[in-house]
Amino acid sequence: MTATAVAPPVARRRSPRASTRLTIGGAVLLGVLVLIAIAAPLLAPHDPETVIADQVLGAPSMEHPFGSDALGRDVLSRVMYGLRVSLLVALSSVVISTAIAVPLGLLAGYFGGWVDTTVSRVLDMILVLPALLLAITFIAILGPGSAVAALAIAVIYLPILARVMRSSTLVVTRNDYVLGARARGAGHLRILTSHVAPNALGPVIVQASILSAFALQLEAALSFLGLGTQPPTPSLGGMLSEGRDVLNQAPWVEIFPGLAIVLAVLSFTLLGEGLRRAFDPRGVAS
Amino acid sequence: MTALLSLSEVEVRFGGEDTANAVDRVDLDVHRGEIFGIVGESGCGKSTLANAIMGLLPDSAHVSGSARLDDREILGIGEKELRALRGDELSMVFQDASASLDPTWSVGDQIAETIRAHRTISGRKAKSRAIALMEEVGIPDAAGRYGDAPHRLSGGMRQRIVIAAALANQPKLLLADEPTTALDVTIQAQVLQLIRRLRDDHGTTVVLITHDLGVVAETCDRVGVMYAGQLVEVAATADLFAAPRHPYTRALLAASPSVRTESRRLATIPGQVPGPAEQVPGCRFQPRCPRRVEQCSVTPARVPLGLTSAACWNPEPLPAAVAEGLR
Repeated sequence: MTATAVAPPVARRRSPRASTRLTIGGAVLLGVLVLIAIAAPLLAPHDPETVIADQVLGAPSMEHPFGSDALGRDVLSRVMYGLRVSLLVALSSVVISTAIAVPLGLLAGYFGGWVDTTVSRVLDMILVLPALLLAITFIAILGPGSAVAALAIAVIYLPILARVMRSSTLVVTRNDYVLGARARGAGHLRILTSHVAPNALGPVIVQASILSAFALQLEAALSFLGLGTQPPTPSLGGMLSEGRDVLNQAPWVEIFPGLAIVLAVLSFTLLGEGLRRAFDPRGVAS
Repeated sequence: MTALLSLSEVEVRFGGEDTANAVDRVDLDVHRGEIFGIVGESGCGKSTLANAIMGLLPDSAHVSGSARLDDREILGIGEKELRALRGDELSMVFQDASASLDPTWSVGDQIAETIRAHRTISGRKAKSRAIALMEEVGIPDAAGRYGDAPHRLSGGMRQRIVIAAALANQPKLLLADEPTTALDVTIQAQVLQLIRRLRDDHGTTVVLITHDLGVVAETCDRVGVMYAGQLVEVAATADLFAAPRHPYTRALLAASPSVRTESRRLATIPGQVPGPAEQVPGCRFQPRCPRRVEQCSVTPARVPLGLTSAACWNPEPLPAAVAEGLR
């Protein structure tokens, strides 16, 4: 890059490769985690819910590489299965949220006027409520469980994703090729689905992958509080909660699920950051 | 020759009652098969007029008057009818071809899309028709370039693609809004030649909007001059250049530099174009006009004056040589 003459020396542009490496790193890490989660029944050395009486709080060994918990259950197997639940909830919540947010943002941004006002004000109403409080309210009404947690997280992220979609739709709609498509006789539906949506989707994909990291944390938090995935089904957040009681005697019960959360969040964040840089090469300063 | 497009009292206003009309009472007949140039400086309303004809102005614009295409009213009709018209009988080419192609679509598919928006034909047929069109507008290796993204083509090639898409359904009228402004001079000449050739081959009527008098001289059969929303003079191209009757036309022609005469300073028109909030009664040019008379605060109608027709109470005299020829 020879753009250094115009750019201030501190904010030197990174090579586009850096963003590619970041994206690939995040994608590979996420791929491995997803693979482990999917193949958990094949990979897990033990049943995650089987209680082995003589293995209570057993230290890591060849038989139980991550040790065993207060009920004598294999921590490695539970982490694998827990990853399964956590990733499923995080991803499905973001997918549901995106699926609703994209058409809402498109309509609001494209048509403007009262459509925009209606959609935006309703979304603002969701946005003023604190995330965790909103989730807890949902669970208080519908009862605890992974599915409800996923739904609650989806509702929390809906206004964020819809706003991103709306603003990028606003930008894209002003392009001449949208006017050009109209001049060639395309209707609103066709313009929205074929011309505006594909061009406006980039920032939403970035936002969705970054929000997946937060969704995973939120799911862990809810399960930690006993509001998400219910025992005996293992979840990473729930395991953190169980391990807290025996932190002094058997730190491995706490450490390994914690580590799994860190890795999963890291993979989403790397992927999101890499995608962000790829889509917006100017905002690389930090 | 009969009129294909007939405008009468077309007015466009953005904003409230107190703002000036962006297009002010435009009457115009565009004849079948001709290339009609609309020339004027930036902001004179020429693009607004074209967009009004296409029904592409935002909802905030107030459009009134009548525009008849083949004796069918097209101003103020519903979006559904407009959609059926646009890209079919009525097409438009925009100034910046790079921006008027969707970057996520291949260039060929964007031509095929135009065909399929109006005709029920198979995807394969649309594709082969699109390739034929690409060949017609002079894209080398058209079949090979069908799947190319717009950014892989040069500016001139992109403008050819846009023209091919505009002509895909053999429109009766093609509105070309500064189609060559974003191109360099050589490519500009090629594109203008292409437009002329397509008119000769298909008889497509073209309205060419430009601020470039050279483009007009080279391409158009007849010209209309616009100033601040008003169509002040209409004439056959040669006549307009030879004997402009409206003082604005004359000043505009005088302002374009010539290679034959040497002058250190470019000729200018004193004063400024009235802003959108400024209401100038009558002829909008009168505050800057050297030939202003009392009547000028009443809007003059465009009347035939020998070779041209101009909206002026006190038109420029005919040059002696031209007057001689008329006799």
